[in-house]
Amino acid sequence: MGMTISEKILARAAGLPSVRPGEIVECAVDLAMTHEGTAAAAQKFFAMGGARVWEPGRIASLLDHWAPAHTERIAGVHSLIRSFVAAQGIKNFYDIREGICHQVIPEKGHVRPGWLIVGTDSHTTTYGAFGAFATGVGVTDMAAVFLDGRIWLKVPPTIRFVIEGDLGPHVTSKDVMLYLLGRFGTEYATYKAVEFAGGTVRAMSVSSRMTLTNMAVEMGAKAGIVAPDDKTLDWLEPRLGFRPEVMNNDTDAVFELEIVINAGEIGIQVACPHSPGNSVPLHQVAGRPINQAFLGSCTNGRLEDLAAAVAVMGGRPVAPGVRMIVIPASREVYREAMGMGYIQALSEAGAVICNPTCGACIGAQMGLLAPGEVCIASSNRNFKGRMGSQDAEVYLASPAVVAASAVAGLIAGPEEVAGK
Amino acid sequence: MKIRGFAWKYGDNIDTDLIIPGKYLDIGDVRELARHAMEGLDPDFVSKFRPGDVIVAGRNFGCGSSRENAADVLKELGVGAVVAESFARIFFRNAINIGLPVLECEGCGKIEGGHEIELDMRSAMVFNHTSGSVYRAGSLPDFILDIVEAGGLVEYKKKSRR
Ligand code: SF4
Repeated sequence: MGMTISEKILARAAGLPSVRPGEIVECAVDLAMTHEGTAAAAQKFFAMGGARVWEPGRIASLLDHWAPAHTERIAGVHSLIRSFVAAQGIKNFYDIREGICHQVIPEKGHVRPGWLIVGTDSHTTTYGAFGAFATGVGVTDMAAVFLDGRIWLKVPPTIRFVIEGDLGPHVTSKDVMLYLLGRFGTEYATYKAVEFAGGTVRAMSVSSRMTLTNMAVEMGAKAGIVAPDDKTLDWLEPRLGFRPEVMNNDTDAVFELEIVINAGEIGIQVACPHSPGNSVPLHQVAGRPINQAFLGSCTNGRLEDLAAAVAVMGGRPVAPGVRMIVIPASREVYREAMGMGYIQALSEAGAVICNPTCGACIGAQMGLLAPGEVCIASSNRNFKGRMGSQDAEVYLASPAVVAASAVAGLIAGPEEVAGK
Repeated sequence: MKIRGFAWKYGDNIDTDLIIPGKYLDIGDVRELARHAMEGLDPDFVSKFRPGDVIVAGRNFGCGSSRENAADVLKELGVGAVVAESFARIFFRNAINIGLPVLECEGCGKIEGGHEIELDMRSAMVFNHTSGSVYRAGSLPDFILDIVEAGGLVEYKKKSRR
């Protein structure tokens, strides 16, 4: 019986000829990704009796959640991490200037198809867009990985969404993901791997695919996977310095479920408070006044996202009384966006442009909401209290809808603001 | 390992931002952080919760972020165990790794707040001493129970490296 991509990766990492869903296997990790969680992981690593990390070259670390530090305590955490990576010889370290982990780690060439990656962040699933098996863990798990590079994992069954057909105008991979969450719910894939396949996915850019695998965790998934193709390899090659090998599904691979979706039935979606699963067609919420529009995050803070926003805004200013916050996902994205004139256009429209960081997405450091305020965001979670007040409301949507809403001052679609 | 306490009942999809909101994560001290546990869901939780009591929840408990602080604050408040119809996977791992007992139990929806319940981790049984009902939970492999009983992965690794 054949194996899925996920099963093949886990079998290889476990040193076994094959694995089956449900089996618990001990795997060697190819890459361990840590952000500010490095500090707690390091502390636990020493408490476990660790002295030197197992293989410094297999750890990639960066500072992104609170960057630059906004409190003295966070400054201390950052300083501790800088000392730890220096002392341990961890060279793949990116300080506050580079941006959000899930954008920076692939950009810097630390992700390869067929790899097993664990990260101290739930959206580590993003790297599945490159055909890696990537999953989030807590800091204690990471401390143990620091010790010996090994982790136990239960082999997940795979649910495969096969999406076929053309997406309508202004319908993006974000809408696809919100649609799937609305239709199947936020725990549909708990403990499972989710593969995104079909012509619609093949037609998407690598950046758009990253939005799918990023939000796979919103469906509870352990990993999100897109089988690598030439697009993936073209994206990776200049960053890795070589064209990597890929692992694909065996032709007789067994999926727990295969669900065929017609792209034509997916419209522009908005997820209402307080769950990404509360996703509805745009027209059901259009017209709701907003206080803030947030364009950024590891879900939708890439170049194509900024481009979509600029195109939708078409030189029109942000509506009076609305705060538009734009956070490019990485320094690379920021610089490219400057080269394209996007940053200038957004600034001229009245948007506040911040340095690449998690920022408003996690409501920890900037862009927080007051009680009663409404925000439309391109990020991935709208849990109660995530972006500030427990009494604020967050709607999730694509960059195009965020930008249209910023211009209109209320939740609106790109076509509604065009020509106004 | 057996845990006996009174049930605090919550619903489905209790996410990590409800357990501990992101805006507090820059508080370093877990005791300080724990004062905000569950505040968006149940403002009385911290003041009324008695150490040893047990959280009983619906589906997908702990969904969302990988923040281990979510498990940490519950342990800090003395939560004896969390029993849920299902868990989000990262929370489940984190709880085990910090030595907070967790059991997945389909039938636990029938347990009501205030009921006195007892968990037997090794046999994966949940006893409701108030109603007299008994539920079978999902059993955990021995090495995972060893981690929980050691008080978490730090203690477990420390011991196994000695
Ligand atoms: S941008 Fe948001 S979702 Fe992404 S890693 Fe940062 S906090 Fe997490």
